[in-house]
Amino acid sequence: MSVTTMTQDLHQVRGLEVTDHPGPAPKRIVTAYGFWIFILSDMVMFSCFFAAFAVLSGETAGGPHGSELFNLKNVAIETGCLLLSSFTCGMASIAADVRNRLWFHVSMAVTCVLGLAFLFIEFREFADLVARGAGPSRSAFLSSFFTLVGCHGLHVSAGVLWLLTMMAQVFAKGFRADILRRILCFALFWHALDIIWVAVFSVVYLLGSAA
Amino acid sequence: MLGKLTWAAIPFDQPIPLVAGGVVLVAILAVLVWVVVKGHLPYLWDEWITSVDHKRIGVMYVLLASVMLLRGFSDAIMMRAQQAVAFQAPGFLPPEHYNQIFSAHGTIMIFFVAMPFVIGLMNLVVPLQLGVRDVAFPTLNSVGFWLTATGALLVNVSLVVGEFARTGWLPYPPLSELTYSPGVGVDYYLWSLEISGIGTLVAGINLVTTVLKIRTKGMNYLRMPMFCWTTLASNLLIIAAFPILTATLAMLILDRYLGFHFFTNEAGGNMMMFMNLIWAWGHPEVYILVLPAFGIFSEVVSTFSGKPLFGYRSMVLATMAICIISFMVWLHHFFTMGAGPDVNAIFGIASMIIAVPTGVKIYNWLFTMYGGRIRFSTPMLWSIGFMVTFIIGGLTGVLVAVPPADFLLHNSLFLVAHFHNVIIGGVLFGAFAGYTYWFPKAFGFKLHEGLGKAAFWFWLVGFYVAFFPLYAVGFLGMTRRMQHYDVAEWRPWLLLASVGAVLILIGIIFQIAQLVVSIRDREELRDHTGDPWDGRSLEWATSSPPPVFNFAVLPDVRGEDAYWAQKVRARQAGAAKSDIEYRPIEMPRNSPTGFVCAFFATVTGFALIWHIWWMVIAGLIGAFATFVVFAWRDHDEYEIPADEVARIDRENISERRDMISAAGSV
Amino acid sequence: MTDVHHSHDPIDLAPGEEDEGRIGPRLIGYVVGLGLAILLTATSFFVAGTDLVWQPSIPVAIIVLAIAQMGVHLVFFLHITTGADNTNNVLALAFGILIVVLVIGGSLWIMSNLNHNMMPMDQLMKMQR
Repeated sequence: MSVTTMTQDLHQVRGLEVTDHPGPAPKRIVTAYGFWIFILSDMVMFSCFFAAFAVLSGETAGGPHGSELFNLKNVAIETGCLLLSSFTCGMASIAADVRNRLWFHVSMAVTCVLGLAFLFIEFREFADLVARGAGPSRSAFLSSFFTLVGCHGLHVSAGVLWLLTMMAQVFAKGFRADILRRILCFALFWHALDIIWVAVFSVVYLLGSAA
Repeated sequence: MLGKLTWAAIPFDQPIPLVAGGVVLVAILAVLVWVVVKGHLPYLWDEWITSVDHKRIGVMYVLLASVMLLRGFSDAIMMRAQQAVAFQAPGFLPPEHYNQIFSAHGTIMIFFVAMPFVIGLMNLVVPLQLGVRDVAFPTLNSVGFWLTATGALLVNVSLVVGEFARTGWLPYPPLSELTYSPGVGVDYYLWSLEISGIGTLVAGINLVTTVLKIRTKGMNYLRMPMFCWTTLASNLLIIAAFPILTATLAMLILDRYLGFHFFTNEAGGNMMMFMNLIWAWGHPEVYILVLPAFGIFSEVVSTFSGKPLFGYRSMVLATMAICIISFMVWLHHFFTMGAGPDVNAIFGIASMIIAVPTGVKIYNWLFTMYGGRIRFSTPMLWSIGFMVTFIIGGLTGVLVAVPPADFLLHNSLFLVAHFHNVIIGGVLFGAFAGYTYWFPKAFGFKLHEGLGKAAFWFWLVGFYVAFFPLYAVGFLGMTRRMQHYDVAEWRPWLLLASVGAVLILIGIIFQIAQLVVSIRDREELRDHTGDPWDGRSLEWATSSPPPVFNFAVLPDVRGEDAYWAQKVRARQAGAAKSDIEYRPIEMPRNSPTGFVCAFFATVTGFALIWHIWWMVIAGLIGAFATFVVFAWRDHDEYEIPADEVARIDRENISERRDMISAAGSV
Repeated sequence: MTDVHHSHDPIDLAPGEEDEGRIGPRLIGYVVGLGLAILLTATSFFVAGTDLVWQPSIPVAIIVLAIAQMGVHLVFFLHITTGADNTNNVLALAFGILIVVLVIGGSLWIMSNLNHNMMPMDQLMKMQR
């Protein structure tokens, strides 16, 4: 039965692929694809926090609203830091591909500094809000704000830890194949964080201040 | 120093959990002592606990599920017993206790029986069916399993240290908020599921990447066995849905631990949002459970009818349609919460539409059977039992999908009967069919057929006797989760239901007996060729159990039912292939990463529940350190020399020679 | 199955990898991406604070600009293209976007419907006393 159906194989009729499947994909693709899917799952998680924020953005319980709390100058600096860090992360990716240790470490170090600058400004903003009585337990709006933005900040912190680990690995073991795969995954993560930040500053800060 | 933890956490004043916990503790200690004294610990550590082999991990998942089935079922027996006696009487379980029991029952059955069972079977079988050596991320696979085990452990610890949630298996606020659940019960639930949720997500990523990127040469998408398609669909749902669970439970955690106001009564919280988000996870979850079962039935029905699966392409379409539509129906779990008729109508219609692809599948299975030479072995019996039972359960589902009907039936025992109908009839029967079908592949010997059939009949009859009365009593107005009741009309039905529970208990006893007897008689039941059922897909091309590398040479696939084509060709040629060029094979090294990571996760979870903050930090540092140590590994693979591969493969080929030259009758 | 620099499967590219081997064009790609992103971000901030734009259009503009910025990131930094070698990556992204849209859109629709039909919480709490 399969002998006769072989010639009528559906994939050729359907035109789905030009040739037969060549076999298991190389490790680099497998690892990066798996991480890509993880990033997509992370995006779904963030979308829940966004949904909660959207639903609760008006629930200030008599407390302060976003327009009274947000300092757009800080947000602009944070945005600049992350955007530039995405660029320097791209530089690090290129450096890794051409196996240039110096440029890799310089790019990663600058990325790290920019990431830490972002975290410092954000932490200061949070501390300031709490000190003014606009902490997360003040209202549902503030709960959802701190959670959404804080979750992003936690991801950036984890990213910085990962960044430092990658620098240490390259320093200790050079550009081994598995370390290169991890650098590729790190780059995916770091860029994805910037994409989420675009959504955060647009929806939370810019739209929130306009209201 | 120890947060909220004191000696008062141990239920010295409650005999039932105390005795149950004590018995389990003694049993665990006895097993541990036996293992250590008999010298099995090094074997267990090297071959199972640190294993990154998908077959071993799959077996461990199924073992976890089976053990937790016993715990979940004892909760069920207690509930049935309580409802049988608590007519105008308090019964033997006070409400605080009864509420924990039904919460634990649901939580355990969904998260620690059904999920691990299907994930275990997918893990065991999919790489074999795809003709490859392992899943995409073997060590991550081990991490995923052990994190699931951590979740199961924490739920069980709550029996003896502290208490469990009393909110039902989904902790609706405001009951689950700190004001109304000040104890540690809800925290046990939350952390256990957050941790095992990471494990499940990891399994999802692993299996999707495996199906999409790791298939043998020639295994185009439309040549994959149906079980691989349903694995893909189910795991895509895991990746899409579990982050929602993580986020929603995290919001509840923030409310409880840090005084946030997502779902509280005051300061603007919105409890309805919890229901909305949790069911946006909850509905895909049940399709995550049932899709692999559908895949199992496709495999079993085609094998035991001796025919290729009917309508393969429509099955693929139906599967992916179910995958997508399952994300568009979730409001049907809270029709009565207050949405307007337009919203209710849209989701009600979508919920009815999703029955259509399932119907397509049923017809395809029936047409597969039609004209085939059917062998009524145990896996086939489970499949036929599923078809009848699941159709009824699905029909009652379409009934409650009609919003006006649901306004009467929501949270009644009719609903309880419906979802048990589809989960037991669909998921559990599928799990049992898969267990019986693939047991010889995993262990090298078949399960005793007679005891298997007995188990099936007691389960089948027991299920109907236990749950169909619940449909009746739901129509008569009985609400779910009642600790006692006064309505005389309900009593006979509930008594009948408890008889059914006893019948199921006998079925379970038969299953345990089947396992014990099969192990005892394993030489007579030995599967020598690796193909005990005259199978059609590639897992049956390997020995039973397969060697660690699965295939000496990755097969080159030319069509659907890849192994069947190989067999037909070999039988026509009259001989098996003998001119194979063997190469050395690199396999991933075993690693304690999964187990150690889970150890720290358990410590962290327990510490979070009891507010032991220094322990939380220590646990998190430990978990991070584990990852760094793993990342620092220099040798992650080991090589199996070519002549070793050749020796193993030749053994299997010679075992199969008789089977092939006997020019198969089927 | 260790592999070397850029030995990708002719059918597939890893997500995040680009098909370009030379440093020059790659650098230019990142610079262009950075430039575009800065432009779009600055526009976003400007639109949010200005009186020069018709006020009701501001939320729409900000969202459109945000989507554009995400697109710039996807193309220039993550190298997601419409080529045949990127199909799997794009399909996965499309699936993710579908789920995000369903979750956010569905939740917003449902919650606003519920809130519209249900008594506000503070009034409900007053009834409890």
